[in-house]
Amino acid sequence: MQLSDQREIRAAPATVWAAILDPAMLQAAIPGCETVTGSPAEGFEAVVVQKVGPVKARFTGVVTISDVVEGQSLTISGEGKGGPAGFAKGGARVTLSPCDAGTLLSYEVEASVGGKLAQLGSRIIDGFAKKMADEFFERFQQAVEGPAEEEPPTPETSADAPGSGEPEKKGWFRKLIS
Amino acid sequence: MPKDGGIGASTKRREDVRFLTGKGRYTDDINIRGQAYAWFVRSEVAHGTLNKVDVSAAEAMPGVLKVFTAADFAGVGGIPCGWQVTDRFGKPMQEPKHPVLADGKVRHVGDPIAVVVAETLDQARDAAEAVEIDITELTPVLDMKAALQPDSPKVHEELTSNLCYDWGFVEENKAAVDEAFAKAAHVTTLELINNRLVANPMEPRVAVGDYESHSGNSTLYTTSQNPHVIRLLMGAFVLGIPESKLRVVAPDVGGGFGSKIYHYAEEAFVTFAAKTLGVPVKWTSTRSEAFISDAQGRDHVTKIQLALDGDNNFTALRTETYANMGAYLSTFAPSIPTWLHGTLMAGNYRTPLIYVNVKAVFTNTVPVDAYRGAGRPEATFQLERLVDKAARELGVDPVALRRQNFITPDQFPYQTPVAVVYDTGNYHATMDKLLEISDHAGFEARAAESKARGKLRGFGIAHYIEACGIAPSNLVGQLGARAGLYESATVRVNATGSISVFTGSHSHGQGHETSFAQVVAEMIGVDASQIEIVHGDTSNTPMGMGTYGSRSLAVGGSAIVKATNKIINKAKKIAAHLLEASEADIELKDGKFSVAGTDKSVDWTGVTLAAYVPHNYPLESMEPGLEETAFYDPSNFTYPSGAYGCEVEVDPETGKVQILAFSAADDFGNIVNPMIVEGQVQGGLAQGIGQALLENCVYDENGQLLSGSFMDYAMPRADDLPMFKVDHSCCTPCTHNPLGVKGCGEAGAIGSPPAVVNAVIDALHRAGRTDITHIDMPLTPSRVWAAMNA
Repeated sequence: MQLSDQREIRAAPATVWAAILDPAMLQAAIPGCETVTGSPAEGFEAVVVQKVGPVKARFTGVVTISDVVEGQSLTISGEGKGGPAGFAKGGARVTLSPCDAGTLLSYEVEASVGGKLAQLGSRIIDGFAKKMADEFFERFQQAVEGPAEEEPPTPETSADAPGSGEPEKKGWFRKLIS
Repeated sequence: MPKDGGIGASTKRREDVRFLTGKGRYTDDINIRGQAYAWFVRSEVAHGTLNKVDVSAAEAMPGVLKVFTAADFAGVGGIPCGWQVTDRFGKPMQEPKHPVLADGKVRHVGDPIAVVVAETLDQARDAAEAVEIDITELTPVLDMKAALQPDSPKVHEELTSNLCYDWGFVEENKAAVDEAFAKAAHVTTLELINNRLVANPMEPRVAVGDYESHSGNSTLYTTSQNPHVIRLLMGAFVLGIPESKLRVVAPDVGGGFGSKIYHYAEEAFVTFAAKTLGVPVKWTSTRSEAFISDAQGRDHVTKIQLALDGDNNFTALRTETYANMGAYLSTFAPSIPTWLHGTLMAGNYRTPLIYVNVKAVFTNTVPVDAYRGAGRPEATFQLERLVDKAARELGVDPVALRRQNFITPDQFPYQTPVAVVYDTGNYHATMDKLLEISDHAGFEARAAESKARGKLRGFGIAHYIEACGIAPSNLVGQLGARAGLYESATVRVNATGSISVFTGSHSHGQGHETSFAQVVAEMIGVDASQIEIVHGDTSNTPMGMGTYGSRSLAVGGSAIVKATNKIINKAKKIAAHLLEASEADIELKDGKFSVAGTDKSVDWTGVTLAAYVPHNYPLESMEPGLEETAFYDPSNFTYPSGAYGCEVEVDPETGKVQILAFSAADDFGNIVNPMIVEGQVQGGLAQGIGQALLENCVYDENGQLLSGSFMDYAMPRADDLPMFKVDHSCCTPCTHNPLGVKGCGEAGAIGSPPAVVNAVIDALHRAGRTDITHIDMPLTPSRVWAAMNA
């Protein structure tokens, strides 16, 4: 499946660029992410717990950053193996450009699944992938911008995703880099 | 008055008592002391290079006895294919290797890579997660036409392409067929897809391997439709075990529909592993595994054309079909789109010139093989859809166009242009019967009533022919079968008169234990309760080639008739001795031997006792005992036929198709048990309607099976089906087997899909949508709605 979207982030492109290469940032943004280790050059290792329809699994996998055009665009690819649940893999081509609000982040996502995930969860996989991508960039945006003062926190990011939605984590990155 | 026993009686199925009370003994009920459990690690990708399989972590897990990989099978043969098709250029088909476990490459999702054997099933499953597999994914081969392009990746590197064979039939007729098309007054063309199906028998596959070190004997308990064939294929081609040291048992089997004919890797594995490890090894398929490891059915992409003269007579037919073989050749896969498909393209019609072209293609999908009907549903569907389309194009009644071109009763035996000779039939009679039982005359009034409610009603007809009772061994040998196709039976009369019939035919839902007993009871005149039918174990039954293709009564039943006749002949000799009469004067009636024209008689048990306690017995001229074996090799196929009518209502708002009525008028020749026949037809209709409206096996662009569970693969349910009207009073007995029977197991699945689709097209045409000439199965609401709103 493929999908694309874009969102405006209230931060300068350089800030967004730095955030996207930070493993701690990835951990905060990937829904259900338990740990992320590694570096942009060598690739990251991630552990993610997710539930797709009837299949719940802990995926261990690699996240790689490629096709880097410094400060402008890159591709984040991930491939997770969920043991008997099968595998999921996907990539997002991310492009940053300056805009009035700060940075316009555009992304094109491609995702596919295999094994039991495909066999049992195929009906819901498109919706699931869209939700994952939306959530990833939503959380990324929140992490970069800090808590939105005029908006309540997004409620939908918590139920199935350990490590998500804890309000104290929001905004830590802004504090870190400011 | 209906009989209460013997041939023609609707005797209740004796096997149902144990099935309905939970006392059936299935393969999964077999547990051998000390057995270990196998769990298969299967490929999650459709196509890839297998770089490394590391089993060290898994083997260190608790309870694990061993983890097997392809390396363990280095000295073992591959899974054999039982039929070699010769292509239109005279060359044998391309036949790839089929290892027990994937070796170097994986070729479909579900391809077995490694097997964990552990003390418990949970331990095996846990350890399976620790098997480390490194696969480099390759572009999967999925679309059949693209697979034949020169730049396509190859499923099998050792082959020159993904083409298994390019078959032409009858090749010598090709030019004449093309010439007839050039001269035709009208040509009707139809392109269609025969959707891939998953067999989904109620009982998933199970295999238990056992090895006795003291005797060196191996035993395989398996869910098979043909234990002798499995013994032959696995013993001779895979594991190198002589028949005398290998026993294969197929106990109660919960349905097969073709998918349990084939020899599967799991069977060879448990037999091999039991010997290697010195413990019995059991494997039970999960439903999820069945979706990705049981051979699937159909999957043809076809273009078919009919040429007609100015008077609407069929003058020629030609077809071009792409048939999906999947990733490997399953046991009988090559024969399905060829000899079980091309030979039926004449249908019930006098079409003088026919040319069938079939390209069989390897893809990165689960292997495809016979599924209820096997080639004949594919032939019938395209032909009956095409004739219907031709009638609509010509503005003539579909029934009338069929009748005009039917082979007439006086033309039998009828030599078709596609090799086979129909021995008998009366297609006008079955068509008449169908129109009667479906109240065809009252259809217009019912259509008007539907219209008043805003619904579109349609009536669809299909007339089918099938070739059953496969088949003369010398003929199928010429066609490429690597086996004979006879059946055999041993009839053992015991001292006190009870009879044990040992049949090579296997029963897995067909009711043999009841109907075979009826045949013997009728012939001897004893009560059927005296007769036991023994089947399913190679150690105590004579050679059988299996139950499929609606062949068991026609071929296996005929072997029983032959053996029983031998019994009767010998029993008459014994009776003649006991009655001090001439053998020629002995008559057998109602289980009693009497001397013609006298009141002298001896009953059945008097003779059987004399055979085993031969005190007063002609020992100088005859052996004691009463046991006979016979083999029966048919001289021709049998040709059941029938007319099916489907009445549907289409909801124009949603595209939902509801089947309001379905009528079947079949000619099965003579009938042994009408109730069992009706049940077989009803089951076949349910499967055929399932294909037409609901079932579809779908792979995504990566070769992942999307319809991999009952959430996404729609099986027909009771509320999808109407009450069926089933009639089999039309009877032209088979002329060449002793029972005059033809076979009924597949008819429903063969004749119903075109009747359903024809009915939906009829409904749409009646509503003025004559632009819709075809919708591919399954006719889901979304497909029908999309066609109406295109």
